[in-house]
Amino acid sequence: MVSLIATDVFHGLLPVLQGPLQLAAATPARITSVMPFRGRAGAVQTALGRMGLGLPEPGQSREGKAAAILWSGRGQAFLLDADPEPLAGIAALTDQSDAWAVMRLTGPGWDQVLSRLVALDLRPSGFPEGAVARSGLNHMNALFRRLADGVEIWVFRSMAATAVEELAGAMARVAARG
Amino acid sequence: MRIAGKGLIDRRAPVGFRFDGRDYVGFEGDTVASALLASGVRVFGRSFKYHRPRGVVTAGSEEPNALIGVGPAEARVPNVRATVQEIWPGLEATSQNRFPSLGFDLMAVNDLAAPVLGAGFYYKTFMWPRRMWEGLYEPLIRRAAGLGRLGRAPDRRVMEKAWAFCDLLVIGAGPAGLMAALTAGRAGADVILADEDARMGGRLLAETITVGGQAGAVWAAEVVAELASLPNVRLMPRTTVTGAYDGGTYGALERVGLHRPPAPDLPQECFWRIVARRAILASGALERQIAFPMNDRPGIMAAGAVRAYLNRWGVTPGRNVAVFANNDDAYRTARDLAAAGVRIAALIDVRENVSVLEDFRVLRGARVVDTAGRMGLRRISVQTASGVEVIEADCLAVSGGWNPAVHLTCHLNGRPEWRSEIAAFVPRPGAVPGLDACGAAAGVFSTHGALAGGQAAALGALADLGVPTPAAALPEAEDAPYPITPFWDVGAEKGRAWLDLANDVTTKDVRLAAQENYASVEHMKRYTTQGMAPDQGKTSNVAALAVLADATGRAIPETGTTTFRPPYAPVSIAAMGAGGAGHGFAPRRYTTSHLAAVERGAPMVEAGLWFRPSHFPRPGESGWQQTCDREVRMVRSRVGICDVSTLGKIDLQGADAARFLDFVYTNTVSTLPVGRVRYGLMLREDGMVMDDGTVARLAETHFLMTTTTAAAGQVMRHLEFVQQAHCADWDVRMISVTEQWAQFAVAGPLARNLLDTLTDDPVDDAALPPLGLREVSLMGVRARLFRISFSGELGFEVAVPARHGAALYRDLVARAESLGGGAYGLEALNILRIEKGFLTHAEIHGRVTAFDLGLERMMAKGKDFIGKGASQRPGLSGPHRDQLVGLRPLRGEQAVTAGAHLFPQGAPATVENDQGYVTSACHSPLLQSHIGLAFLRNGRARMGEVVRMVDRMRGIETACEVVDPVFFDPEGGRARG
Repeated sequence: MVSLIATDVFHGLLPVLQGPLQLAAATPARITSVMPFRGRAGAVQTALGRMGLGLPEPGQSREGKAAAILWSGRGQAFLLDADPEPLAGIAALTDQSDAWAVMRLTGPGWDQVLSRLVALDLRPSGFPEGAVARSGLNHMNALFRRLADGVEIWVFRSMAATAVEELAGAMARVAARG
Repeated sequence: MRIAGKGLIDRRAPVGFRFDGRDYVGFEGDTVASALLASGVRVFGRSFKYHRPRGVVTAGSEEPNALIGVGPAEARVPNVRATVQEIWPGLEATSQNRFPSLGFDLMAVNDLAAPVLGAGFYYKTFMWPRRMWEGLYEPLIRRAAGLGRLGRAPDRRVMEKAWAFCDLLVIGAGPAGLMAALTAGRAGADVILADEDARMGGRLLAETITVGGQAGAVWAAEVVAELASLPNVRLMPRTTVTGAYDGGTYGALERVGLHRPPAPDLPQECFWRIVARRAILASGALERQIAFPMNDRPGIMAAGAVRAYLNRWGVTPGRNVAVFANNDDAYRTARDLAAAGVRIAALIDVRENVSVLEDFRVLRGARVVDTAGRMGLRRISVQTASGVEVIEADCLAVSGGWNPAVHLTCHLNGRPEWRSEIAAFVPRPGAVPGLDACGAAAGVFSTHGALAGGQAAALGALADLGVPTPAAALPEAEDAPYPITPFWDVGAEKGRAWLDLANDVTTKDVRLAAQENYASVEHMKRYTTQGMAPDQGKTSNVAALAVLADATGRAIPETGTTTFRPPYAPVSIAAMGAGGAGHGFAPRRYTTSHLAAVERGAPMVEAGLWFRPSHFPRPGESGWQQTCDREVRMVRSRVGICDVSTLGKIDLQGADAARFLDFVYTNTVSTLPVGRVRYGLMLREDGMVMDDGTVARLAETHFLMTTTTAAAGQVMRHLEFVQQAHCADWDVRMISVTEQWAQFAVAGPLARNLLDTLTDDPVDDAALPPLGLREVSLMGVRARLFRISFSGELGFEVAVPARHGAALYRDLVARAESLGGGAYGLEALNILRIEKGFLTHAEIHGRVTAFDLGLERMMAKGKDFIGKGASQRPGLSGPHRDQLVGLRPLRGEQAVTAGAHLFPQGAPATVENDQGYVTSACHSPLLQSHIGLAFLRNGRARMGEVVRMVDRMRGIETACEVVDPVFFDPEGGRARG
């Protein structure tokens, strides 16, 4: 069957390894933006509840068995790796699967690397596991999710190469301190 | 000279380096200053104005004299303080401000002219003729005046900036800072301890003081080791906190690689922004000098620095040392040196009532009135009750007392307070919210006082942070009083008495300023340049203030203080701008077709942050013009492919989405049928045009808006503002989908033929009329197909999820090439749209109204919309407005240029006659003529008139006919297919 080839946005760019630090591609298979319509937040909450999730509070995320949902802005969340069909009609949905390039920076010292590019308080007290923040990665708009052993970094697809370059540079500079 | 058994340097680790082309050897732990002093070097540089030989004065970052250049000539970093620069194998340092050499400097002739070179000399002397100042006098004076010279090569050093967060920032790691950090660290608070020095300990490293029964340096090392073991404490040595800013934010500069041989990726410096809930200033105190005649010779140093060199680095700057002081603290210098076997020539104390029971000669009630020794001190003249005595000495250690380093407490406009018992300014409590000073920085000079103050400050901060903590027992330490008699100026009858060594400012200059009525501190500072050198007058500010107070008959507190501003110590601009050099300036946005375009040899141009292909050269084409002409003809006669993904795409959904769009667009959108597209115009609140674009109705309550590339972010922000500020209760939800979709224009008479080969869904007029849209299946991918045209030809835009963009683009171009067409770039796109009179932000530049653009019919009458009221203000429409027109030169080969201005024929090209300007211009291969879009005063009424186009920048003048802005196919038949 004839088909259109899909291109990996990080092809040839990732992974980047630097000592114990690793920067790897981690774009979810499916990303759907969810914005509950007026007066329908309760219905959305219920529908998400059936999926083992819920509407995350600002700066929070929820993890289900196979799916997850991240707060992504005012009145907005990103549903990951799940069919959004149960939310049709009660929330504005858009497919964002191709819009974001997602990386994971993991390993000891990940926070030292990120603090070169991000003005967030990355201490566990300010940014515990599961926390989400919209902030800047140097000059880029980005979304950050705290993982158990590192951080997930979301940037616009068009800026993926710049983001990798900036992160790889910060990794190299931190490593060079020895 | 090194003293055996003294110092904290590692004598088993010699380090070789070069200074002014000569090899020297120091030890690990040495600074350039300590290593050169140990090698007997006395002259480090030449002074700023008089080019006098100068030596090192201090042992810290406040150093006014010993400024050196570091690195090879082409990449030299100037004005590095030799007292801060650590040595490393291969370090190359040079002295500054001398020609041809440090020993023999031609500009030293300035020193002979000193009697006439006082403050204000240049301003008074070189006033006339006025225009000569900038062109001749100032450059000459600047060349003679001196600091180091910057290397001319581009700065390729790696720099870094970073953020840090903590509960408590402790600034300074002397006894007070260490105690504060230890107290807070043990209590579990997140602590950052930042210290300028390579080794933490502050004055404990420079003195012979004991703490808790052990040597101060040992106690400090143990505390530092404990702090390093605490996971909640972060030690930042070599880090100068340079500024205090709002909200508990501090700037700090870390020397990362400056003390190490270069290595790939190793940053030289890191500029930190530290956000702290509380901060403790334990920055210590800076010793001040006494002004006495000829007090600038190499070998005349701060008394505290002399013993720092002895105790920290095992170096004595002289073999026969005299001490001159007005306080007890300086006695330590004489005692430490004497204990180390250095001869003390005399201790000269200005005070009468002091004990002379020392192991060295004490002259009380005495003062130094002259010195001798051009390339290094040889002897001093001392005035005593019995007359003037000449004393041989190769080093004079001077102490006029200590100034608490209050600088950071003044960065938010706070003024320090004068405390007369220590004759110094101390921080005003609360001057920087959340910052407390302690130890010497707060005017408490004993070691016990520092430890107690550091602990108390930490306990206070912990209580504020909600971690109340009991006080632990303090280690035992000296608690000596600090008797001082203020003494500033010996009073020079002959010779010069320097205050500010870095800028060559003497007491005479300050008195002259007062005499000429520059009597306020701020005026005196600017008149004399006192405090304006890289050291910012750290060793001279208070003394200069005292001299000014004396000259104006006021007390010191009445006289005031100068303003301390950030940074405390020099900060490399490269560190603050780290990551911004070269293409770090901005992110690069690549379309999915980027690689394919680059492979085809297309030069890329930046459009906003996007990289877009300018044109696609083919073998045999002579230049871009020929390529563009071919691409334009290709679209007009066959079919062309262009990536238009950079246009902003905003998805809007909700029961009130149509109502919302009616509110933000000037024209009506709610009447748009599902499956159709409409051109829309958007105004700012002030009535000016903000953007234009299209809006497609995907479903009854679902719309897709496109914006121009340039205004995508602005429009999104505008929509969010309108929704949140004006209609927060409307049911409309919006999100950008720009990055989700790759979108390609397929334009030209054969566009439909091309699409028919790609999809089974029909794209004829019935299925997809002009301004129609439909979802189609494209090789198994759900795609959106729009029938819109920015070229005036039969045009489609096909959108697929971005992961398929690269493949689809290559496929479309290949098919177009089979049909005799191909890819076209931004240049051809621009020519095609100018020929059709379509707008971009060259025209929608923020100062035009819909009326100016000839689009006033798009302002719907029966509804309100953003900007409507403002757009109806008088003056925003009418014959006096510059209106959009087309321009065509009378002779087609003559150029029309964007940016040129328009004047009536026969009228001179003056501002008064200016009647408009050209916004877009190109050469139309179709019309075989240059053409342009322009705004012309009352232009629509002047069709057929000839105007003068004058481009002063390019020196071009063209007579142009005013024509309709639509040059080609005004009926639009071609786009309908």
